[in-house]
Amino acid sequence: MGGMAAPQVAPVETPDIDEVPVADRAWVTIVWDDPVNLMSYVTWVFQKLFGYSKDQAEKLMLDVHHKGKAVVSSGARERMEHDASQLHAYGLWATVDQA
Amino acid sequence: MFVSMFRRHGEHCVATFAPDEVRVLRKVASEVVGLLSEGFDHEDPVVERLFPDIYPDDPHNSAEFRRYTEGDLKTSKIDQAGAILALLPPDGDGEVRLDWDTAEAWLRAINDARLAMGVRLEIKAETDLGEELDEAVLRDPTSSRVFQLSVYAYLGYLQESLLNALTD
Repeated sequence: MGGMAAPQVAPVETPDIDEVPVADRAWVTIVWDDPVNLMSYVTWVFQKLFGYSKDQAEKLMLDVHHKGKAVVSSGARERMEHDASQLHAYGLWATVDQA
Repeated sequence: MFVSMFRRHGEHCVATFAPDEVRVLRKVASEVVGLLSEGFDHEDPVVERLFPDIYPDDPHNSAEFRRYTEGDLKTSKIDQAGAILALLPPDGDGEVRLDWDTAEAWLRAINDARLAMGVRLEIKAETDLGEELDEAVLRDPTSSRVFQLSVYAYLGYLQESLLNALTD
């Protein structure tokens, strides 16, 4: 992601990185900017789905808006797939990638 | 066109719609339902936008994931558009009163309608809606594009007002 600010969020419990096989490394959910979604709506979705405060969610939304994309959550692959799915239900454009 | 605003009344979001608003909302919600049911086409850019590939560089895993999730996502989107259709006043105009869950369903459904229209209208990051509308009116004020752009703008205001009422 290079230079993308990580969202301020309660840390996901992950094992010590040296002990984790490559296949189990952290995955991330990414939200991409799009020209239709209202900034207020995106902020609200981030608050609702991830429990961010309004300020945190707004900062994340601005990251998406100005940088073109931002990481919105990280953790196990299945969890990220679930997060992306939920974001799609709200009409956001989300993808999953390895951290 | 006339734009009604949602306002918060206790636990409800309430708006009083004019006849042309009811007609427009019925039309766009029906179109979303149609697009997701008999009109469902994976080659349609609107469908691509509403159901994005989760792994854009990995068609195989994206397809796998899609196999598991697409059905439920389709159903949710049909249901939320259905929530609009179910609650519109049947006789031309009137009040709409949404409880919490229904207000959220309307919010997502209006968003889906805007996404669909945004694809059809080729709305880009640099698009200035006011300018587009002015240009379209100058070219042909009776054109479908003028109507579509007006509806798209209307839905944006409506979504914003519903979100404000919900988070009030």
